[in-house]
Amino acid sequence: MNEDNNEYVRQVANKEYEYGFITDIHTEIIDKGLNESVIRLISQKKGEPDWLLEFRLKAFRYWLTIKQPDWGHLKMPEIDYQAISYYADPTKKKDNAQNSNGEIDPELKKTFDKLGIPLEEQMALSGMAVDAVMDSVSVKTTFKEQLQEKGIIFCSISEAVKNHPDLVREYLGSVVPYRDNFFAALNSAVFSDGSFVYIPKNTRCPVELSTYFRINARGTGQFERTLIVCDDDSYVSYLEGCTAPMRDENQLHAAIVEIVVMNRAEVKYSTVQNWYPGDKDGKGGVLNLVTKRGHLRGVDSKLSWTQVETGSAITWKYPSCVLQGDNSQAEFYSVAVTNNYQQADTGTKMIHVGKNTRSTIISKGISAGHSQNSYRGLVKVGTHAENARNYSSCDSLLLGSECGAHTFPYLDVHNNSATVEHEATTSKISEDQLFYCNQRGISTEEAVGLIVNGYAREVINKLPMEFAVEAQKLLSVSLEGSVG
Amino acid sequence: MLEIKNLHASVEGKEILKGVNLTIHDGEIHALMGTNGAGKSTLSNVIVGNPKYEVTEGSIVFDGQDLLAMSPEERAHAGIFMSFQQPVEIPGVSMTNFMRAAVNAKYKAEGREPIKSTDFLKEMREKRKLVEIDQKLVSRSVNEGFSGGEKKRNEIFQMAMLQPTFCILDETDSGLDVDALRIVAEGFNKLRTEKTSAMVITHYQRLLDYIRPDVVHVLIDGRVIKTGGPELAQQIEDKGFEQWKTEL
Repeated sequence: MNEDNNEYVRQVANKEYEYGFITDIHTEIIDKGLNESVIRLISQKKGEPDWLLEFRLKAFRYWLTIKQPDWGHLKMPEIDYQAISYYADPTKKKDNAQNSNGEIDPELKKTFDKLGIPLEEQMALSGMAVDAVMDSVSVKTTFKEQLQEKGIIFCSISEAVKNHPDLVREYLGSVVPYRDNFFAALNSAVFSDGSFVYIPKNTRCPVELSTYFRINARGTGQFERTLIVCDDDSYVSYLEGCTAPMRDENQLHAAIVEIVVMNRAEVKYSTVQNWYPGDKDGKGGVLNLVTKRGHLRGVDSKLSWTQVETGSAITWKYPSCVLQGDNSQAEFYSVAVTNNYQQADTGTKMIHVGKNTRSTIISKGISAGHSQNSYRGLVKVGTHAENARNYSSCDSLLLGSECGAHTFPYLDVHNNSATVEHEATTSKISEDQLFYCNQRGISTEEAVGLIVNGYAREVINKLPMEFAVEAQKLLSVSLEGSVG
Repeated sequence: MLEIKNLHASVEGKEILKGVNLTIHDGEIHALMGTNGAGKSTLSNVIVGNPKYEVTEGSIVFDGQDLLAMSPEERAHAGIFMSFQQPVEIPGVSMTNFMRAAVNAKYKAEGREPIKSTDFLKEMREKRKLVEIDQKLVSRSVNEGFSGGEKKRNEIFQMAMLQPTFCILDETDSGLDVDALRIVAEGFNKLRTEKTSAMVITHYQRLLDYIRPDVVHVLIDGRVIKTGGPELAQQIEDKGFEQWKTEL
């Protein structure tokens, strides 16, 4: 490409990740390392009941017996699990005094303001209740009381353990058991904060619920745990956003999200993942190793996952659905962007158990720079899943010639009445397309944005309005400097 | 005014233009004719700044500005437009969004606020009629699934939206039937103002029956070897380019 474009590439390659700042705040961090006494310490700090400590210890003992999976199309750096601190609390004051009056440290408030998440309710985003989590602790949940009037529970999972122990005990680990996989076992042993949502029967949650995850402290990992239960004939839309500071080291983020959907209930779960992706040479960045699963327990239940993944050095995540209830419907809409040296191995699992169950998978991968982007998906139809239907469409868009796009679809069908369709395409943004835009006065940067957003539109349109606008900007920003 | 002096350019290391001199004054239509591979498309691509073509010598000055120092989009903002010989398809980007981005980029370069949606849509509607483009085409992705003729009409439609002062029509007549040719050419004529100048590249007289040139150039082997009035085009139509082969 010509001089101008080279200059442009140089400029944007040096452009910084917008959310890479560090909050200077006293944070109580426990010693690095992982053993049973660390787990007891975490449990004790959170004042947990015995059954939960037992759950953690069982998970930990199981984790010790298994190996980290290596089947992903990923070059994973060695993770030293003893070199990580498993609990960091930025809400503890230096003098050890509890924040008994419920005041939030102004530094924390400022941090979330800077991220566009005001914590004062009068300033809060309209139509959205937010749980703000920094490192291992939930800082604040907005609109909690108003939601409570409708019987909706929206709080941090730590609080839920204290105030709604029966609900947590019934559902925690019921969708993703600690034995599910290596990172799920790790999370079950050391999980810190995350959100808990319970929507009672016949209730339509009037606002979007949202959790914002922020990693701040150095040398720590974030192990959040989210549990959403949507009871009969109810509805909730839930959003999740995430950012982290720029650091040279890799930071581990191993989360679990469990969703239970009862009879005729509907859950929409949207993620805009923008963890620090590492620098342009692939140094640093978050390792995003996440297990997300929904259980469509009830008849006629619905669940949709929508994800826009632009961040993280490595993404290993497969938001999945178990379609157990007859006539249940599941959707997975995904845009995964990788640039520079980012790696993503992401997709979904649709497990059809019930009759007349339907699932849709729309995956759009966008790779640029030296990145590797893989779609991995399983469609399984059980013996009793009469008339199950799946439609999968996996598209890859390549920018440049150094990056890779891969598709690994798995089919496992045990019922002859099932219909399973799979389509896949790979395309490339050509220099001719960019020049055509340039000739019409559109800059290369804007042209890439137009093309990428056009390509991802089908998925972006599934996001709630405010998020869709953010996601569009994010797509353009993530790919800046990728063409040249 | 466009002034090309001693222009040498190559593509993939091979010299195609070997010292082109050409001056196009405001309001003039110049026809550029010549054998296949003579460098007609190279010349037009160099004028609009296609990075695939390398200028090795010479200058192009447009309205007093050094064109070769400007990026392709800056040249577009300065009022230069090319109707592509083979317009590329851009899947997923609707004509409407594409056109809005182009118009707003131009506005921004002129220091103006982005165009209002209502004004933009009205403009689209009016300009569409000019080249008889169906609403359905405009709601599709850029050039995707367009027939050859529709693509050419869409080029002139974009010209109408962007109102350039210097237009290059690179074989806009190729692949057009008689009716489509008339629509495209008449559309172009309606868009012309006193200041609009153009370089029309064609192999055939029939386009020049609609778009009457003031000057005709013959380009052979990377050089303009003959310049004359409209009668030159007719002479080529009758006798071909053989007559000048000996002059090379």
